[in-house]
Amino acid sequence: MGFRSAVITFPGSNCDRDMAVALEQVSGSAPIRVWHGDADLPDRLDFIALPGGFSYGDYLRSGAMAARSPITKAVVEAAGKGVPVLGVCNGFQVLTESGLLPGALMRNASQNFVCRDVPLKVENNQSLFTAGYEAGETIHIPVAHHDGNFFADEETLDRIEGQGRVAFRYLDTVNGSRRDIAGVLNEAGNVLGMMPHPERAIEETHGGSDGRALFENAVKGLVRA
Amino acid sequence: MKVHIHVSLKPGVLDPQGRAIHHELEALGFSGVNDVRAGKLIELDVADGTSDDDLDQMCRKLLANMVIENYRIEKLEPKRENA
Repeated sequence: MGFRSAVITFPGSNCDRDMAVALEQVSGSAPIRVWHGDADLPDRLDFIALPGGFSYGDYLRSGAMAARSPITKAVVEAAGKGVPVLGVCNGFQVLTESGLLPGALMRNASQNFVCRDVPLKVENNQSLFTAGYEAGETIHIPVAHHDGNFFADEETLDRIEGQGRVAFRYLDTVNGSRRDIAGVLNEAGNVLGMMPHPERAIEETHGGSDGRALFENAVKGLVRA
Repeated sequence: MKVHIHVSLKPGVLDPQGRAIHHELEALGFSGVNDVRAGKLIELDVADGTSDDDLDQMCRKLLANMVIENYRIEKLEPKRENA
């Protein structure tokens, strides 16, 4: 049986198609598209992706409304059962707002929207999402966000660092994130939230393909399992 | 019943918006502004008898993000329409 993934679309998501294309190119199977109003997720999912965008117009706080929608409850339940969940950009904001990941994503310290390729250091290459990279490797992935300034208190930061849960770190000043954190894993390692967009860097015509290994490794790891 | 929910960033959380406002006030020539913190005011009109616990839960579950924000609940005195 093929790779069975789902991409969740909220009103205002705008990277859902890119995410679906990336997953299909790498896995050979088109993901199931799930609308925010759907009550349940499809069964037997291998992978769930929360795409970027501006769900619910970023009303109240980025990701706040989407995090409380019924489908996100289903995603939280699935994550609890070990289904891998990748949240990119607004998807990362939804994951912190839902409590699946620690911290919060605040307005960029510069107050400006930042949209460019950024260098990232792969801090943890032991996760399903990052095992296709070398530890300490530098990769280039585009960012495009206004609210990517990762905040958590010092105690939380020490804990997630100590547990090896920082997946990616910016090698450049991007948005004011505490300790330059660009991507965070949950404790079990099956949930990754990141501000940079790996789905926008899967083939050379995108200007780089450093994001491809993330999807390839997830697909490979899950098909083997 | 009208209720005002004041949402503010926790002390120690950097407030880029407040900093930009502060900078702009100084640029306009207002001196002596020591600090600016920007928050949100959310006005609720709730049924009379809504419990304090319910209001608290509204704040904790949605209106404020407890990782970065504090909230304060202010119940407004009802206006005397025919007084």
